[in-house]
Amino acid sequence: MRVPRQVVQRLGFALLALAAAGVVIPILFIVSYIFYQGIGAISLEFLTEMPRQGMREGGILPAIVGTVLLTLGTGIVAVPVGVGAGIYLAEYARDTALTRAIRLAIINLAGIPSVVYGLFGLGLFVLFLGFGTSILAGSLTLAIMTLPVIISTSEEALRAVPIAFRTVSISLGATRWQTTRRVVLPQALPGILTGVILGLERAAGETAPILFTVAAFFLPRLPGSIFDQTMALPYHLFVISTQVPGMPLRIQYGTALVLLVFVLSMNLLATLIRSYYRRRRQW
Amino acid sequence: MSDQPKFVIEHLSVTYEDGTEPLRDVSLTIYANEITVLFGPAGGGKSTLLRTLNRLNDLVDGVRIEGRVLLDGQDIYAPGVDVTALRRRVGMVFAVPVVLPMSIRQNLTYGLELAGVRDRARLEAAVERSLKQAALWDEIKDRLDDPATALSGGQQQRLCLARVLALEPEVILLDEPTSGLDPISTAKVEGSLQELKRDYTIVIVPHSIQQAARIADRAAFILQGELIEHGLGRELFTRPKDKRTEDYVTGRFG
Repeated sequence: MRVPRQVVQRLGFALLALAAAGVVIPILFIVSYIFYQGIGAISLEFLTEMPRQGMREGGILPAIVGTVLLTLGTGIVAVPVGVGAGIYLAEYARDTALTRAIRLAIINLAGIPSVVYGLFGLGLFVLFLGFGTSILAGSLTLAIMTLPVIISTSEEALRAVPIAFRTVSISLGATRWQTTRRVVLPQALPGILTGVILGLERAAGETAPILFTVAAFFLPRLPGSIFDQTMALPYHLFVISTQVPGMPLRIQYGTALVLLVFVLSMNLLATLIRSYYRRRRQW
Repeated sequence: MSDQPKFVIEHLSVTYEDGTEPLRDVSLTIYANEITVLFGPAGGGKSTLLRTLNRLNDLVDGVRIEGRVLLDGQDIYAPGVDVTALRRRVGMVFAVPVVLPMSIRQNLTYGLELAGVRDRARLEAAVERSLKQAALWDEIKDRLDDPATALSGGQQQRLCLARVLALEPEVILLDEPTSGLDPISTAKVEGSLQELKRDYTIVIVPHSIQQAARIADRAAFILQGELIEHGLGRELFTRPKDKRTEDYVTGRFG
């Protein structure tokens, strides 16, 4: 006897729904669990004061500031280079052996484990270039790690703009660069911004690349220059979870919650930008 | 008619990277202040010929162009030619109207601003003049700052024509400009062209043989990359010399 097609269809949909739930439920669980465990630690003092008593009391301000600074530093370096490379690949590069090699390099760069970036940053920026363990070295390391994401999403966003716009612009006497700047780039901007934010979000949450290049175990003051070390949320979380005996759970989860909120609010920003521009898009 | 040559095309051949040759040894003179119609079956090289006149084929990777194309006696493929300036002199309207994702006004001033025109009064004058020439002014004069995509298909195509006219080119190339338009919009565009040829040289790939016969001062029949026959429109459509032209004009093939 054959199974009726409606039954097969229902079964198919049920399996797909299950797969979707398999993605959504763990995220909801993690976020709500950390929120539940960590919300008790959140107070004005926790967010705005230095750690005390071997980090068992006081706040996590230097780690918050460090992570914000590292994210900004990463953006300052990675955004111009990454978007520029995306523009080159999408608008200028012809399909040659060289550009194929560049694309291959970008794909491979995205696959390198983050701890390898950390060691690379230690070798190049901290030691060889003599930046020391510093915000500069950490930002540069995170920037290199973020580049593949920014390049790929920028290139894709630019390629999604219809070719006809370019042809028309050029036929009106525009150069390739004028076409890119005045027609293509504005249309691709929401996609590029989304990629930039998602890339920076990953950088903000990474521990391994900053481990050897910038992160301080315990430094209860704010950094004064880009050559200073700083604490940072992901590394701080690692430290208080594994390296400090007798650390109250409340503080561990509180720190995790702050990092999570920081990263998720960047994510939310990317979503808002995307939906805002999608409604305004004219093609 | 002026009998003043505008474009002189000499032994033009176009070859693509994959070896296909959309145009073979085409020689043709296009006269100023006339409507020249390039017609023939689809895929025969009409659009390619049109696009050699403003060097839009340059955008195709690995394209090779042989022969000469003289505009007012100057070879436009000679080294050192300013291609962007050429494209301002030789404007183009495409088969599918593509308005740029900006306001109606910005679509019209785009080319002028790129050419370095900053004077607001001059830009405004160009907007009004070009829209009137394209028979669009009365319909949209009160909503110039609306997005151009809000216009209907017929209006968008006339906007594309106006956008070219705003640059005050010398030659206007039109690649099946009415293929997506209803009969009324088509009549408006054809009417505009009759007005415009007083000031401009017009080269058009028509979307039908009827349109070709309606508007042609001169016509050129292009078949599989070769120029079969060319001459005055009224002669070519009534007394074609070549058997193939006759077959095509009378509807025996194509």
